[in-house]
Amino acid sequence: MVKKTKSLSLNFGPQHPAAHGVLRLILQLDGEIVEKADPHIGLLHRGTEKLIEQKTYTQALPYFDRLDYVAPMNQEHAFALAAEKLLNVEVPIRAKYIRVIFCEIGRILSHILNVTTQALDVGALTPSLWGFEERETLMTFYERASGSRLHANYFRTGGVHKDIPMKLVEDIEKFCKSFPKIIDDLEGLLTDNRIFKQRNVEIGIVSKQEALDHSFSGVMLRGSGIPWDLRRSQPYEIYKDLDFKIPVGKNGDCYDRYLCRIEEMRESVKIILQCIERLPKGPVISIDNKISPPNRDDIKQSMEALIHHFKLFTEGYRVPKGNVYTAVEAPKGEFGVYLISDGSNKPYRCKIRAPGFSHLQAMDYLIRGHMLADVPAVLGSLDIVFGEVDR
Amino acid sequence: MILNLQKIEKLINSELSSKIKNSYIENEELLIETDENDLIDVVQFLKSNESCRFKQLIDIAGVDYPENEKRFELVYLFLSHEHNLRIKVLIKFQINQPMNSLTKIFPSANWMEREVFDMYGIKFKNHPDLRRILTDYGFKGHPLRKDFPLTGFNEVRYSEKEKKVIYEPVKLEQNYRNFDFESPWEGTNYIKDIKNLEKDGKKN
Repeated sequence: MVKKTKSLSLNFGPQHPAAHGVLRLILQLDGEIVEKADPHIGLLHRGTEKLIEQKTYTQALPYFDRLDYVAPMNQEHAFALAAEKLLNVEVPIRAKYIRVIFCEIGRILSHILNVTTQALDVGALTPSLWGFEERETLMTFYERASGSRLHANYFRTGGVHKDIPMKLVEDIEKFCKSFPKIIDDLEGLLTDNRIFKQRNVEIGIVSKQEALDHSFSGVMLRGSGIPWDLRRSQPYEIYKDLDFKIPVGKNGDCYDRYLCRIEEMRESVKIILQCIERLPKGPVISIDNKISPPNRDDIKQSMEALIHHFKLFTEGYRVPKGNVYTAVEAPKGEFGVYLISDGSNKPYRCKIRAPGFSHLQAMDYLIRGHMLADVPAVLGSLDIVFGEVDR
Repeated sequence: MILNLQKIEKLINSELSSKIKNSYIENEELLIETDENDLIDVVQFLKSNESCRFKQLIDIAGVDYPENEKRFELVYLFLSHEHNLRIKVLIKFQINQPMNSLTKIFPSANWMEREVFDMYGIKFKNHPDLRRILTDYGFKGHPLRKDFPLTGFNEVRYSEKEKKVIYEPVKLEQNYRNFDFESPWEGTNYIKDIKNLEKDGKKN
């Protein structure tokens, strides 16, 4: 007698700690082997792109904090660069350095979260306790620069909102000196850990060709051995003057991606230290008052400044007609903004290219033939944040 | 970078002369416009040609121009790692006109096309699985069309009476207000004159 087997369909999420947010994953299982995975996304869809069409350029910026809320300023960066490219504004050199410092802080923020929660998913609790302590320090830096820990709204077209105090720079430097020790500790817990390796090595392997076909970017691409980093290949801001390495994986499995992230954190620390060392003096936002608001003192004294202030916060500035695509190397991969302006004070269309969207799309192909227990491991190594996937 | 783009532009125009309607480099970015029927050929060429090798589809952006006869635009963004180049491919078409799916050439086009379908109602031929992706189950309408209201049509809440989540038509305390900032006033002439004088003065 032949025993009949029936495949079982399992709903993973939308409320599951290992789903890293609101992901509904419908799995077809044959015993413990996954036959098919169908991710249902959009449970966190807020219509960001539609909302941006109704807002002026200054008002649109805060929406970007709410995309990948683990590394908010990296997202703002892409939008600021797009508007600057259309407006053709020059960003002061100090602002560029400050931007790079905070983007790298964002990268560390995101990688700590990812590495430690990936460990959490496969059963290691301690890394997340240690890692989150550091995240807390980093978010204090965010707060001291912008006023809020997460939704910074700090970058502006033409620079950054406010200058950072010297004390903050010193504290960031202090952090950079102490943080590599924490990375060593984390590595001590995970890198040679038998259980961690058993759960991650040779799981979710991506070949070079497949990484390209599935529009992977960032660590997902580098983990498979393609040396591609926008900071190096299409440098923006001051990245071309900085000295940093780009870690590349060999096997393209979850473990290699973990190693890449650890190395990238070390490189980010180096970048921040270089920036702090060279940090020049000067203005932090474009001095063109048609784009950046005048300072408070001038408003009290000068009629023109008052008018500029009023115009900027009611009408905003107009951006010349045209379309641009700008991309930055966000912690999760290539984060891009395709901006179409019709010459008015609001974007006509703002398409947001989120790296996580393409990565999650490949979930079905990555998980086929793996065990059910590998689902959280693979999902963890994809580095998914639903804020940006669902937009 | 610009030089390379110009080379690519020339190459594409000579190789695919009849299929390229328009091409230009603006803001250091190359955009080519093609006919919707030629899209597959153009993309195949861009992917396979020696000096193009646009092997990665970065994104597909739909755009809606309600006043145009060809209402919708699709912009395909490609990236070539080998040559470190980006290209934008634009197609314009009418409402209800189905497009060719790129899923055969780029597997990642799958979700991107689903998103375009969800947001604009543009249908794709030969797409393996054209379902809504970002909006709610059972959602009606296509939210990124310009004629779709920002506040939407339905709102969701938990009803204590019925002990379940219910859908209701949107009720707002105050309607969404859209302020018109278009001002015909561009400054007085004498200020422009002064500015021109200053410019001339600097030149001299």
